Amino acid sequence: MNVSNTIGALPLAFRKLNPRAMIHSPVMFTVLIGSLACTAVSIQQLLIGSSTAVFSIIVTVWLWLTVLFGNLSEAIAEGRGKAQADSLRAARTSVMARRRVGALVPAGQSGSGQDGYSEELVPGTELSVGDVVICEAGDLIPSDGDVIEGLASVDESAITGESAPVIRESGGDRSSVTGGTMVLSDRITIRITAASGKTFLDRMIALVEGATRQKTPNEIALNVLLASLTIVFVVCVMTLAPMANFAHALPTPVVLVALLVCLIPTTIGALVPAIGIAGMDRLIQRNVLATSGRAVETAGDITTLLLDKTGTITYGNRRAVAFLAADGVDQRVLIETARLSSLADETPEGRSIVELALDGKLSAPSPDELTADVEVIEFSAVTRMSGLNLPQGHPGNPGNPGHPGNPGHPGNPAHPGTGTAGVLEVRKGAAAAVERYAKDRGGFLPQELEDAVLKISGTGGTPLLVATYDGERARVLGVIHLADVVKPGMKERFAELRAMGIKTIMITGDNKITAAAIAAEAGVDDFLAEATPEDKLAVIKAEQAAGRLVAMTGDGTNDAPALAAADVGVAMNSGTSAAKEAANMVDLDSDPTKLIDIVGIGKQLLITRGSLTTFSVANDVAKYFAIVPALFAATFPGLGLLNIMGLHSPESAIVSAVIFNALVIVALVPLALRGVKYRAVSAAQALSRNLLIYGLGGVIAPFIGIKLIDLLVALIPTIAQR
Amino acid sequence: MELNVLSLITQVAVLILLLGALHQPMGRYLAATFTSRKHLAVERGLYKLSGIDSAADQHWKVYLRSLLAFSIVSILVVLGGQMLQGHLPFNQGMGAVDPWVAMNTAVSFVTNTNWQTYVPESTLGFGVQMLLLAVQNFLSAAVGLAVVVALIRGLVRAETHNLGNFWVDLTRGTLRVLLPLSILGAVVLIVTGVIQNWGGTDIHTLVTGAQQTVPGGPVASQEAIKLLGTNGGGYFNANSAHPFENPTAFSSLFEVFLILLIPFSLPAMYGRMVGDKRQGYTVLTVMVAFWLGSTALMTWAVAAFAGQGTGVGEGFEQRFGIAPSTLFATATTLTSTGAVNVAHDSLPPLAGGLAMLNMMLGEIAPGGVGSGLYGLLVLAIVAVFIGGLMVGRTPEFLGKKIGSAQMKLVALYILVTPTLVLLGTAITVSIPYLSSNAPAEGPHGFSEILYAFTSAANNNGSAFGGITSSGPGLATMLALAMLLGRFLPIALVLALAGSLAKQRKVPDTSGTLATHGPLFATLLGGVSLLVAALTYFPALALGPAAEGLIK
Repeated sequence: MNVSNTIGALPLAFRKLNPRAMIHSPVMFTVLIGSLACTAVSIQQLLIGSSTAVFSIIVTVWLWLTVLFGNLSEAIAEGRGKAQADSLRAARTSVMARRRVGALVPAGQSGSGQDGYSEELVPGTELSVGDVVICEAGDLIPSDGDVIEGLASVDESAITGESAPVIRESGGDRSSVTGGTMVLSDRITIRITAASGKTFLDRMIALVEGATRQKTPNEIALNVLLASLTIVFVVCVMTLAPMANFAHALPTPVVLVALLVCLIPTTIGALVPAIGIAGMDRLIQRNVLATSGRAVETAGDITTLLLDKTGTITYGNRRAVAFLAADGVDQRVLIETARLSSLADETPEGRSIVELALDGKLSAPSPDELTADVEVIEFSAVTRMSGLNLPQGHPGNPGNPGHPGNPGHPGNPAHPGTGTAGVLEVRKGAAAAVERYAKDRGGFLPQELEDAVLKISGTGGTPLLVATYDGERARVLGVIHLADVVKPGMKERFAELRAMGIKTIMITGDNKITAAAIAAEAGVDDFLAEATPEDKLAVIKAEQAAGRLVAMTGDGTNDAPALAAADVGVAMNSGTSAAKEAANMVDLDSDPTKLIDIVGIGKQLLITRGSLTTFSVANDVAKYFAIVPALFAATFPGLGLLNIMGLHSPESAIVSAVIFNALVIVALVPLALRGVKYRAVSAAQALSRNLLIYGLGGVIAPFIGIKLIDLLVALIPTIAQR
Repeated sequence: MELNVLSLITQVAVLILLLGALHQPMGRYLAATFTSRKHLAVERGLYKLSGIDSAADQHWKVYLRSLLAFSIVSILVVLGGQMLQGHLPFNQGMGAVDPWVAMNTAVSFVTNTNWQTYVPESTLGFGVQMLLLAVQNFLSAAVGLAVVVALIRGLVRAETHNLGNFWVDLTRGTLRVLLPLSILGAVVLIVTGVIQNWGGTDIHTLVTGAQQTVPGGPVASQEAIKLLGTNGGGYFNANSAHPFENPTAFSSLFEVFLILLIPFSLPAMYGRMVGDKRQGYTVLTVMVAFWLGSTALMTWAVAAFAGQGTGVGEGFEQRFGIAPSTLFATATTLTSTGAVNVAHDSLPPLAGGLAMLNMMLGEIAPGGVGSGLYGLLVLAIVAVFIGGLMVGRTPEFLGKKIGSAQMKLVALYILVTPTLVLLGTAITVSIPYLSSNAPAEGPHGFSEILYAFTSAANNNGSAFGGITSSGPGLATMLALAMLLGRFLPIALVLALAGSLAKQRKVPDTSGTLATHGPLFATLLGGVSLLVAALTYFPALALGPAAEGLIK
C-alpha cells in the first residue's frame, strides 16, 4: 500500500458506496444506514441552530469516513490486480487465426496450405473448441489448445513472466499451448481446447481483477457470525433507547448510532473482502493461478501432501556423493581417474562426478586435457559405459611423470607399464558392464568393491565402477556412489509440515528399497514405490475416505484423474491441457515444491480473518468504557467511575471512540493485504500467539488509542467546553 | 451480619470435595444410562402401555417434534389441572387458579423455569403440587438431559440424521437418574429437618391470643427434585428461605450440593460419550472457574456493602449469615435453578448485578440440568470457529467441520436469549401500565424488570421479588420469554446436532485446534464472558451499576 495506489483507489471506493453493492456486507451496510440517519439529524440540527450541531457533524463525518475506509481497503486490494490484468489484456489483442478447413487437398491447388489442407483466416474470437489452427514463427497463438503436430519454441512470458522460451511439441506432457503466447520458431498445428472468452488468459484476467470473486465457504460462515453480532448490537442499542428513557437519560440519535457503529465489528467487516482478494493476490504473485478462492482456502486445510520424488524432493538427477577406492589404490588416483572418465560426459551424473572430484568446484575441462588426440567414448545403451582414451604423454596418462599414477609419483603402487600403444583407456559405467570389461581384459573385480556395489544398491544408490586399461591388463580402481540427492532444507520443511499436522507421502517409480532410503533421508512420513497413476488415485481415495484432505501436483495427462480427485490439485503450466483442466490450480513456474507455499497461503488467509475478528470484537470492551459513562454519568454520577481512561467530556469520548473505530480500519489495511505473519508451528502455539497479540492486544490497544485521540479532540472548541 | 471467610472457604471446600469425588462416578452412570441398549422391565411396560417403539432411532426433526409435542401436552395438563383444581382431589379446599397465573405457572414449570407468580400456600393444594408441578420438575429436567445427550450424539455419530429416541431418553433420565437421586436427597433432607407430612395448614392460638399459622405438607420430596432438577419452584413462597424447606445451615449447604450435583457431573458424561475424558475436564474447568470466581465476587459485593455501615439485614436469612447466602445465590443463578435462600431483591446492587450476570452468561457454569452443558458446547463452537481461524484451519469440533450451516444455528442460538431479555425489558419500561408492576424507584425498579426478563428468558425462575407478575400483561410477556427462551434454543441445538451427525469425522492432526487443555479453556471462558458482557453492558450499567457505583 502506498500513496499513489491509495489515491488511485479512491474513485472506486466512492463508487462502492452504492447500497446495492454494500448490502453484501451486513456490517458495513449498517454503518451506511447509520451515516445516512446521522446526516439527516445533523442537517436538521444545523437548520434549527442546535448547540449540538457541531458534535453531530463531526460524528457524521467520521461515520462516512468509516464506510469509505472500508470501501477503500477493498478498492486498494482490487487495484493491485488491475495493473496485472491490464498487461495480460494486452496479450489478448485480437489475433487472426489460420484455421484448417475441410479434408486434405492436393498441394498446389488454391487455398491449400503447406501440409495439404485448405486454410482460412478467421478472427481468433471466432474459433470454437475442436478447431485446428496452424501457427508459425512470429504468430501469436490464438487460443488455448494442444499441439497435434510439430514442435516449436514458444515465448510464454506474457503469462509466466519467464523470458526463456519453452518447447511445445505434439504428444507427451508438453503439448499444451496457451492463447496469447508467441511461437518463436518452427511450425505447429494446434487443436483448440477453449472457446473465446474462456481461455486460460481470460480466466486469469478475471481472477486478478476479482471479477469472478465469490464468497468462499469460510468467508460465508464468518459473515454469518459477523451478521449475528451486528444484530445483537442493533438489538442492544435499539432497546437501550427506551431503557435510558426510563432512567430519564435518553441519548440523542447521533450518539446511539455512534455507539452502534463502535460496537458492531466494523474492523473485520470492512477488511474481509480485502483479505480475500489479497490472499488470491499473494498466490498470483507467486505465479500460481487458482480457479477459485475456495481452492485457496482448502489448501489451508490440507492434511496430506502427495509429492513426486523427482524434481520435488530430490534434484531431478542422481549425483555423485562418494568415491570408494579398491584396496591398494590411492584415493587420489581413483578421484582423478573418475574425473577423467567423466570429462566429456555432459550428463548431469557425469558433471556431478567432475564436480565432486574437484571438491564441489565445477570448472570446465582445461583445453590441454581434452585435446584432439583424446578419443571420447560416448555412453551407449549397449556398453553402458563412457570414458576417454588418453594418448601417451597426456597429463592424465600415468606415463606422464606428473600423474599420481606414475611409478615415480609417491603413493603409487608400481604401475605395470605404459601399454602397447601407450594409450590409456579410462572407463566408468554400470557395475556389471565395467566388471565384464575388466574381466575381458585380464582384470577382476576385487571382493571389497563387489561388497561396496551391493551395499550401495541396497541403500537405493547407483554404483558406478571406474576402471583403466593400459593395453595389458585392466584394473578396477574403485566405485563412484551415485545417489538421489535430497534438496537442501527439505527435511526441515517436512518437519515443519509435520508440526502443522500435514502428512507427506512421496510418490516415486523407484523400487521399494530405493524409495525407502530416499524417504528416510528426506524425512517424509510415507512413500509409494513403483507408483502408477492408478496407484496415486487409489492413495488419494484412501486418504479421503479416512477424512483427510489431499493435495498433489501433476503434469501428465495420466495425472488428470488424480488431480481432479485431489482436494487441491496443482498442475504444472508445462503440463498437458488435460492436467490443467483437471487441476484447481496451475503453477506457471512449474515448480512442484510450491505446493508447500500454497498451503501456507491458505492458512495465512484464515489466520488473518480470525485474528482481525478477534481484534475487532476485543476492541468493544474499551469502547464501552468510553461511551457508557459518557452517556449516563450526568444522570448517574457513579457511572463516571467507569471512565477509567479519564476522557475529557462526554462529547470528546464519543467522538474519540468513533474516530478510533474509523482509523483502526486504515491502520490495519496493510496487515489485511500482507496477511498476518504465518509460521509453521503447531496449532496450540499459533493459537496462543495470536490470542495474545490480537485478543489481549485488541482489548488494550483501543484504551491507549482512544485516550490519545481524546487528548487531541478535546482541543476542538465546541467540544472542549464540558 | 459479618462475613465469616473461614466458614465460606470450608463450605466451598466441602462442596469441591463431595462433587470432586462424585462427578466421575456420576458421569459414568449417566453415560451408561444413555448409551445402554437394555431397557428395564418397568420401562418396557411403559413403552408398551404408551405404544412407543423404543427401538426407533429418530431423525433430529422427529426428536424435536416428539419433544415439542410432549411439552405442549404437559403445558395443557398443568394448565387444566390448575383451572379444575376445585374439582380435583387433594385440593385442600382450594379452587381454580386465576387463569393468567395458571398459564404462567404451567409454562414456567414445563420450561424448567419455575418462576413463581403464584403464592403456593394460598393457591395450590397437595394435588397440584405433587401430581402436576413435582412431575414437571422431573420431566422438564429429563427433557434438558435428553437434549444434551442428543447434541453429544450428533458430535459422536457420523453420516446419519438420527439422534436417538426422545421417549427412551426422557424415560431413562426420569426413572434411572432423577428418581433415585431425589429419593436419596429427600431422605437426607428429612434428616436435616425438612418436613414431610400430609398435614395441612394448622392454625394455633398462642397464649398471647395471637394466631400462628403452621403450614405442613410433603415438602422434602418436592425439595429434593426442586434442586436436583435445577427447577427452583419452592413448596412455599419463601422458597429455601422458609425454615420448613431449609431449616439449618447444614441443609442449606446440602441444597447447594443438590443444585450442583448433576450439572457438574455432565461434563464427565460428555467426556466419556465422546471417548475423550479430557474434553469433559476442559468444559468442567471453565464451569468451575466461573463458579468459584462468581462466588468470590458475590461474597465480596455483599461483604463490602455490609462493611460500609449500611448493613445487610432485610431479606437475608438471619440464621445463615452472609456465606451460605452468597453461596446459594451464586449457585442458583449460575444454574437454571432459581431457588433462593436470600431475597435477591435485597442483595446489595452490585451483588444483584452479579446474580443477573450469572444468568446472562447463559447459565453455563454449570448451568441447568442438560441446558448448561448444551449452552456451553454451543459457545465452544463459537470458540472453535474463532480459534480455528486463528490457527489457519477450517474450524473443526471433535472432528466435525464448523461451516456456515453450523454457524447459522449457533448465531441464532446466541441471538435468542439476549433479544428476549432486552426486548422484553425495553417493552415493559416503555409502557407505564407494565412498568408500574415494579414499584421500586430509579435504577432499582429498572433492575427488577431486567431481572425478571433475564430470569424468564434464561429459564432461571428466581426474581427480584418486588415485581408483581400476576397481571395479564407481565404474566403473558414473561411466559412468552420462558417459552421462546426454552424451546427456540432447544430446536436450534437439535438442528445443530442433526447437521453435525450428518458429517463424516475428520481425523485430528497436530494442525487441528485442540479442544482440550488450558489454552482452549481460556479461549472458551473468554468467549463466554465477552459475548455476555458485550450484550448486556449498557443494560447492567443502567440498573445495578447505576445503583451500586457511588461517586
